[in-house]
Amino acid sequence: MLSKDDAQTILKKVLSFSTADECEATLNGSTGGNVRSARNSISTAGAAENVSLSVQARFGKRSGLATCNEFDDASLRRCVQRAEEIARLAPESPEYVPLLGPQTYLASPGSFAARTAAITPDYRAEQIGASMALCEQKKLSSAGFFNDSAGFVAKRNSKGLEAYQQRSSVDFSITVRTADGTGSGYAIANYTDLAKFDAARLTRVAADKAASSVNAKAIEPGKYTVILEPAAAVDLLNNMMNAMDARNADEGRSFLSKKGGGNKKGEKVFDERVTIFSDPTNPDVPDLTFAGDGRPQQKVTWVEKGVVKNLYTSRFWAQKSGVPDIPPPGGWIMAGGTQSTADLIKSTAKGILVTRLYYIRAVDPQTLLYTGLTRDGTFYIENGQIKFPVKNFRFNESPVIMLNNLEALGKPVRLGGNLVPPLKIRDFTFTSLSDAV
Amino acid sequence: MKRRDFVGLSGLAAGALFLPSLPGFGHTRVDPARLLEPGADVAQKKRLADAALNAAKSAGANYADVRIGRYLNQYVFTREKQVQNIVSTESYGVGIRVLVAGCWGFASTSVVTTDSIAATAQLAVAIAKANRLVQKEPVQLAPQAGYGEVSWKTPIQQNAFEVPIKQKVDLLLEANARALDAGASYIGTSLFQVNEQKYFASTDGSYIDQDVHRIWPTFSVTAIDKASGKFRSREALSSPMGLGYEYLTPSTSEQVPGPTGTDLVGYKLRYDLLADAALAGKQAKQKLTTKSVTPGKYDLVLDPGHLGLTIHESVGHPLELDRVLGYEANYAGTSFATLDWKAKGLPYGSKQVNIVADKLQPGSVGAVGYDDEGVKTGRWDLIKEGKLVNYEKIRDQAHIVGQKASDGCCYADSWSSVQFQRMPNVSLQPGAAKLSVDDMIKGVDKGIYIAGAGSFSIDQQRFNFQFGGQMFYAIEKGKITGPLEDVAYQSNTQEFWGACHSVCDQSDYRLFGTFFDGKGQPAQISAVSHGSATTRFNGVNVINTARKIG
Repeated sequence: MLSKDDAQTILKKVLSFSTADECEATLNGSTGGNVRSARNSISTAGAAENVSLSVQARFGKRSGLATCNEFDDASLRRCVQRAEEIARLAPESPEYVPLLGPQTYLASPGSFAARTAAITPDYRAEQIGASMALCEQKKLSSAGFFNDSAGFVAKRNSKGLEAYQQRSSVDFSITVRTADGTGSGYAIANYTDLAKFDAARLTRVAADKAASSVNAKAIEPGKYTVILEPAAAVDLLNNMMNAMDARNADEGRSFLSKKGGGNKKGEKVFDERVTIFSDPTNPDVPDLTFAGDGRPQQKVTWVEKGVVKNLYTSRFWAQKSGVPDIPPPGGWIMAGGTQSTADLIKSTAKGILVTRLYYIRAVDPQTLLYTGLTRDGTFYIENGQIKFPVKNFRFNESPVIMLNNLEALGKPVRLGGNLVPPLKIRDFTFTSLSDAV
Repeated sequence: MKRRDFVGLSGLAAGALFLPSLPGFGHTRVDPARLLEPGADVAQKKRLADAALNAAKSAGANYADVRIGRYLNQYVFTREKQVQNIVSTESYGVGIRVLVAGCWGFASTSVVTTDSIAATAQLAVAIAKANRLVQKEPVQLAPQAGYGEVSWKTPIQQNAFEVPIKQKVDLLLEANARALDAGASYIGTSLFQVNEQKYFASTDGSYIDQDVHRIWPTFSVTAIDKASGKFRSREALSSPMGLGYEYLTPSTSEQVPGPTGTDLVGYKLRYDLLADAALAGKQAKQKLTTKSVTPGKYDLVLDPGHLGLTIHESVGHPLELDRVLGYEANYAGTSFATLDWKAKGLPYGSKQVNIVADKLQPGSVGAVGYDDEGVKTGRWDLIKEGKLVNYEKIRDQAHIVGQKASDGCCYADSWSSVQFQRMPNVSLQPGAAKLSVDDMIKGVDKGIYIAGAGSFSIDQQRFNFQFGGQMFYAIEKGKITGPLEDVAYQSNTQEFWGACHSVCDQSDYRLFGTFFDGKGQPAQISAVSHGSATTRFNGVNVINTARKIG
């Protein structure tokens, strides 16, 4: 892990070797490891450490990129020369935009935790070992994955831009199955700071779901009120956020394209309770405060009370079309309520609780229609109570339609660097049954 | 979201199969000329490999293998009239896997010196020892005799890296021009070229040097009707291949005309990028006004470029023995085709269904001489006349099904990734009787002909699936009567293969493939091909995917 000073010293040296019109250098470093288990036993484990330098050189509108992972003067010089050679050979880019000058970035010190950076192979083995032992005692079979990483990003260019930030993450997921394979449960969590991690608690959640999902009954596919737990909602919402690019919308090939041309910015596209924003300084999901190209990541409102407020864009497209120059966010935050998933169940007369959605694939980008399946704990709710487990369904649904059929939002939790509330949705479309457990 | 811009460049955001990631992402960017420079020579690699094996044994390993990998990639991306990006990458390093008292350990390094390699071997042993304390099932490795010093190379005619970049860019831009002339609003074209230079050595006494080549030209064409706000896309009908640049030299003897009533062309071992781009431009525009399908039961006639993906998901994956046993339960999933299920002798499909695994199939992207744990590759039956007869295995799984040797299905996508069981090429055998696609269609009263792979989704045990496609045509009373849109079919693996009515003959046989089969945690990609001839399935449920928003 290079400190800010050490990283910037290398980057200054890199820039001093450049003869290009513009030059930008980025250092990316990370160290971490993982352990994987299945059938209550460890299957694979590994460790990885890497620091790499990327140099972008530009002559006029020609640009070249080279990378290296050795940092003596001769290697740095070679890397710069290679970027310059590639730039000289490159065609002129019709989408050229000059490099950014000095920027002011927000502070987000919570993006790095020393405890996460200090994880050892023994710690990983202990954690996954404790999780496996818990399942062994209950005669359940577990398959899990623990992965940790800590690192930094540092950036500097010939126009005076300077950036540095450290980050860390811990990811854990576990699938627990009954010995006869008729029940399955799942839990997943992601944190910046190891202090919040609790393998046993997550394992118990997955184990309880596995035990309570045996002997699932088949009910007819069709339109149902569903409660999507955050792990079930996150991917569909993420896919929607990934489709909020201004250029695609302006070019007429996005769910946000407007009839006759232009995009739907300023239009009400969702239920008025839908508000989605991003904030790299949020203490629950601290993130990098600069984008890959050096643009500042600030608090941005994407959807407010159902109205599309902003689309992200490349720098080229922002300049060409005269719209605000906003980079895509690292993670997003969906505003929710105060209710837990259990509270949402209590207020449901008839519905289905969904733990997780799987193998989600785009069917039609025009309407953002996706298909996929429920998995690892699907339950029938009646009169505010879980009545029995049900067989898994295939769904064909669009997050846009889903966020217009909103019944209630619960309290957001962190998942994959986002804050995601549990969602109660009416008329969610299940199109067939699956025998999979 | 951070990879989106990069992936988006290729026009593959929707079309990239299996994982939203590209091989070689994060590799070292190099000058294109570097791709033609030789790597370390075999004698040098043997010295480095022996340093790893000796260090591992001294640290307490009972078995060790080492992979010295040099992975070279080049991607060319264009859209409409401009080049977006030309990327040449090199990744060089060493991965060491050790077995200590029945427990695996793995570590890797990009510093290729004997000192660093020895330290990495010791780290791999330390990881194995840490995990041994909580290990329940000791690994049992199928015996494997050493082959000594051997080598293998993909039989290619022209190394794609030897072709000047300008020639590639000119070809892609010409394809774009043809699509735009034919009615496309936008086109993104990509050319992926891969060379894996892999050296494997193990304490069994093998020293295996391999030079593996793959290529994939592809595009996505979009047509837009501004007034209605409607847009439609058509992807390339090419396939990733285990070939050199010769794949891009069109040859009529490697083309199969599509059924009467379509303008389609099927491609075998040579592809006509310009013709396909022009056709795609025309077809994408036609799609804007094409009739939407009426949902219901139809007989499906599936082109090999489409059926390959269905084979991949509903046969290739469920027969991976690690999934069958539960090793992928937390990520890719398990399988309905368990050992108990196989023992019952239930039909997987109709008598027409004969499916083989083949790691040596010419032109396939999965072809290698030896796998990534030093096992010579081959061909074996998976399904015979509709009955499941075998699985896909590696060394530490063979004993579970009473087999004495591995099938050679071990692969790692980088020197820095640990090798594990991956899918071999899995292909449906063509019908023995002479049968053309037109003759097959003559027998269909109410059906849909589907070409090209589209949307795909299947459950974690491989029962319930849904597939889209690129081009759809209505079949009425034995004839193709016109195009359709908004088609997807839903079925169940055994029901679907049980409904397999007939398979066209060898003359129609072609390969589908992907570079992006995803599996494992951390996720790895793998390249795999699936061959078939056009095949008919009776009475499959078709849904209409059109929806309305705002």
